[in-house]
Amino acid sequence: MNIQIRKFYYGDIPEDTAQVGSNHSTTNENAWPLWEVFIRSKQGLDHKHAGSLHAADAAMAIENARDVYTRRQEGVSIWVIESKHVHASNPDDAEMFYEPASDKIYRHPTFYDLPDELKHM
Amino acid sequence: MSLHDLEKSFQDKIDKEIKIEPKDWMPEAYRKTNLRQISQHAHSEIVGMLPEGNWITRAPSLKRKVILIAKVQDEAGHGLYLYSAAETLGSSRDQMIADLHSGKAKYSSIFNYPTLTWADMGAVGWLVDGAAILNQVMLCRTSYGPYARAMVRICKEESFHQRQGFESLMVLSKGTQAQRDMCQDAINRWWWPSLMMFGPTDSESTNSDQSIKWKIKRKTNDELRQQFVDMIVEQVKILGMTLPDPDLKWNEERQHYDFGNINWEEFWNVVKGNGPCNKQRLAARNKAHDEGAWVRAAALAYAEKRKNKLKNKAA
Ligand SMILES: [Fe+2]
Ligand SMILES: [Fe+2]
Repeated sequence: MNIQIRKFYYGDIPEDTAQVGSNHSTTNENAWPLWEVFIRSKQGLDHKHAGSLHAADAAMAIENARDVYTRRQEGVSIWVIESKHVHASNPDDAEMFYEPASDKIYRHPTFYDLPDELKHM
Repeated sequence: MSLHDLEKSFQDKIDKEIKIEPKDWMPEAYRKTNLRQISQHAHSEIVGMLPEGNWITRAPSLKRKVILIAKVQDEAGHGLYLYSAAETLGSSRDQMIADLHSGKAKYSSIFNYPTLTWADMGAVGWLVDGAAILNQVMLCRTSYGPYARAMVRICKEESFHQRQGFESLMVLSKGTQAQRDMCQDAINRWWWPSLMMFGPTDSESTNSDQSIKWKIKRKTNDELRQQFVDMIVEQVKILGMTLPDPDLKWNEERQHYDFGNINWEEFWNVVKGNGPCNKQRLAARNKAHDEGAWVRAAALAYAEKRKNKLKNKAA
């Protein structure tokens, strides 16, 4: 497929007209590991994924998460976990994985037709 | 599935407004376009700290200083959200930073203009952040999930940037003659570069509308620019200042403001590296990165040492 990309310039300056500097390659050996950040916005609520960041260790990850994700009182508690420890379901399996639930409508309260006189149910 | 089928089901998802997530199949060109756009956007946030950082130590009051620090800190956060989104497309942070520092990667040209007076802090917040916001509000609905989520977070924070800028200009506009002159001068210098932020006119882009078809963008450069002009022309009246364009005129038929010709030669000159501050900006970034190298190495060594200590204790 021959796809032509329209050139949009704000935050998308095309390569062809851009000045190209020396390309010194970098190794990733010294990179700080990546962490996923979860924030509890309010006491009583779940921790929710907020984003990710790089940090040398867990303590630094929490401090950086505080600085980046809770500058406006967005949270009262932070979890961090190294991204490499997250296991995820495969999007290619989504159909096989989640499809079986779609025909089990009897799992929903609305499946049951009950008389109007029945109160508090 | 054949490549053709994959592309078709990909486009179906886009058409149905289903977001694309990092592990989903995507055309290579979609990945590349997003990676380039998101990383350039990230670089813009980071380099964008420099013109404003220039005035932190010289802010006229403690109040203005803490506001400016908070804004610049926000921009650092925006850079981080965006780098994280870009990393999900298979590039590394180190590679992106290296590309920025070598001059290979680009950032928004607006940040290659100097901030000469205090009034520039107001003009930048009002006009530059204002222009960025229009673009970013649109990008909240972009088709790539991590980019869209980063944009939602960023937009929540941006509104304060524009408001503090306008408020700061409002104070100047009610001040002494010298302050009013400084305010007008800053508007005069930032107006045209702000219009250029939206990029060349649509007629210059002869290629197909792939980015729109993929819903990476939902509005063209000219649509966004017009929206910006219409908005600012009204706002500048409240300041009692003017915009430096004699051709600015309400067009009854179009129901939009007409405006004068943009100096595209200047635009391309700055993009190509010959703006007033291109070299200075890259030098500042490289210096900060190089001088921070020992801190990064030390943090890693410390983390390593603590890990080993824990291991030895367990043994
Ligand atoms: Fe920003
Ligand atoms: Fe901003």
